[in-house]
Amino acid sequence: MEKLFQKISLASASIVFVILVGIFLTLLSSSKAAIEEFGLGFLTNAAWNQEVPLNPVNETVHANAAKIFEDVELNTQDDATDDEAIVDEDDEDMIADEDDEDDMILADEDEDEEGSSAATKTVYGGLVPIVGTILTTIIALTFALPIAMGIAVFLAEIAPKNISYVVGIAIELLAAIPSIIFGMWGLYYFAPIVADLVGGYQVSLLTAGLVLGVMILPFMAAITRDSMNTTPNVLKESAYALGATKFEVIKDIIFPYSKVGIIGSIILALGRALGETMAVAFLIGSIFVLPDAINSPTISIPVAMANNFGEASGLGESALFYLALILFIISFGVISLAKFYFLKKAK
Amino acid sequence: MRLIVNKIFLALSILSALVGLAFLGWILITLFMKGLNSFHFSLFLNDLIDGGLRNLIVGQFILAGLAAAIGIPLGMAAGIYIQEYGRGRYANIIRDLSDIMMSAPSIVIGAFVYAIIVVPTGGTSGWAGAIALAIMMIPVVINTTDNMLSLVPRELREAGIALGASKYKVILDIVIKAAKVGIMTGVLLAFARIIGETAPLLFTSETSNYFTLNLSESFPSLTVSIYDLANEPEKASRDLAWAASFILTVLVLVINLTGRFITRNKK
Repeated sequence: MEKLFQKISLASASIVFVILVGIFLTLLSSSKAAIEEFGLGFLTNAAWNQEVPLNPVNETVHANAAKIFEDVELNTQDDATDDEAIVDEDDEDMIADEDDEDDMILADEDEDEEGSSAATKTVYGGLVPIVGTILTTIIALTFALPIAMGIAVFLAEIAPKNISYVVGIAIELLAAIPSIIFGMWGLYYFAPIVADLVGGYQVSLLTAGLVLGVMILPFMAAITRDSMNTTPNVLKESAYALGATKFEVIKDIIFPYSKVGIIGSIILALGRALGETMAVAFLIGSIFVLPDAINSPTISIPVAMANNFGEASGLGESALFYLALILFIISFGVISLAKFYFLKKAK
Repeated sequence: MRLIVNKIFLALSILSALVGLAFLGWILITLFMKGLNSFHFSLFLNDLIDGGLRNLIVGQFILAGLAAAIGIPLGMAAGIYIQEYGRGRYANIIRDLSDIMMSAPSIVIGAFVYAIIVVPTGGTSGWAGAIALAIMMIPVVINTTDNMLSLVPRELREAGIALGASKYKVILDIVIKAAKVGIMTGVLLAFARIIGETAPLLFTSETSNYFTLNLSESFPSLTVSIYDLANEPEKASRDLAWAASFILTVLVLVINLTGRFITRNKK
């Protein structure tokens, strides 16, 4: 019985490991088609679901494939001409003779280009959603950071205990509100006001970033307050005894003492903002166009997934998984940095 | 001069607290105004196809309840392992990974469940949705259990062992009992979090206009339907979305406050 119980608890603990590794491997294998097709060029390509002339793309695809899979022995130039011939003749036997990458390309062409002229193919690039994700996160952080710090200082140092308790609960309730509510409120009530003030569209990078900022605000404030509370009272009291004002105590004693924890909390909030879907989905506009101004619409990785996953198939779906993989790796990195470097150090 | 700077600083800090409260107030007031406007008790009696929300509310509860039924035992067992059995590296690695998993983007978890369950089984289903939510919940439960068990004094464990109880008896009958309140609070907060989740359900359970208890087909979800309704052009749909948002928020906040209330009372 004892043994059994121990085994069960060990197995449950291992599930965490299995799930995380599982997520990584699943995303990797589901995005394989897109990775092979577009390689790292995916990160810098702004086209999404666009038809481009077949030949030049085919060559870059082959160049990428050759870079990644060095076992591809065929000459790039020959390959390209082979493909042309195949597309022209639509010869099944020759397709079967080609290696995997070519199969994939051709299968995709068959899917997407059926009925239309064989001279174009569909490409997917991740640049727009990646840029959108990073920019909304930066806007959110810029907006939330000063307010969150102010709230944390208020809760930790300024407010009397009972007020701090009540306000603290209220701030944590703000954090508990489901993100879809933030999205709806943002779209119908917050964005019109912002658009009136700044001009431009109601759905834009700016409004999405600001609502995202409101969302991460309570989260950031709560962790920052907790870090500030770890400052020993003796330090603060000795500073007050020397005649320091509250501002000086906070600036010169509490802030340096809890700096590492505060930076950790900021990065953790950043990790949240990167992966947030619903609040942004209402507000970012969801178009695959690089924003030319802060108040023009674009798209982010989670929103690209939320809005296109249902209709996508084949290469398009694979490209979305590629985006998911990128997001997973970025947020994994950001969160580990916060947890292991800053917050561990703070303890 | 120093005093003026101090005054300005304090004023700014109080101002930012007010800004935070103002946002909370603004959102809640909006929800109450819009929500109560289109709120009607018949919403609880009709399904979405007849302009009500009954199937969605029931569905959301079933999804979250099922996720809790999967996630709570697993999370607690894992937390017990980390705190009570695991001495050494493996337990620490699991603890760290669970922390990372807690902040993993929820839409990525949705995509993961889509790839491993929806694709092989050939379609969206209630099971897939519940599993996605369970994956969201497990690390939160692990974290709570781990923290709460670490607060139980060692003497309690030693006393149990001294009485001749085996270790699992000590854990189940003494340690867990001592940490019960804290764990319950954590679990309630975790439940409040997953019941309001949308992103992991978008392509796992999807949603349905009809009442169903069959978990192997597309399953009604309040949050996913809010997203669909809010994006529709007709005003009636959007009003329904507001009513649904109002109900959802009240639910989440009530569960959340209940959790906090339990701890406060016990302390």
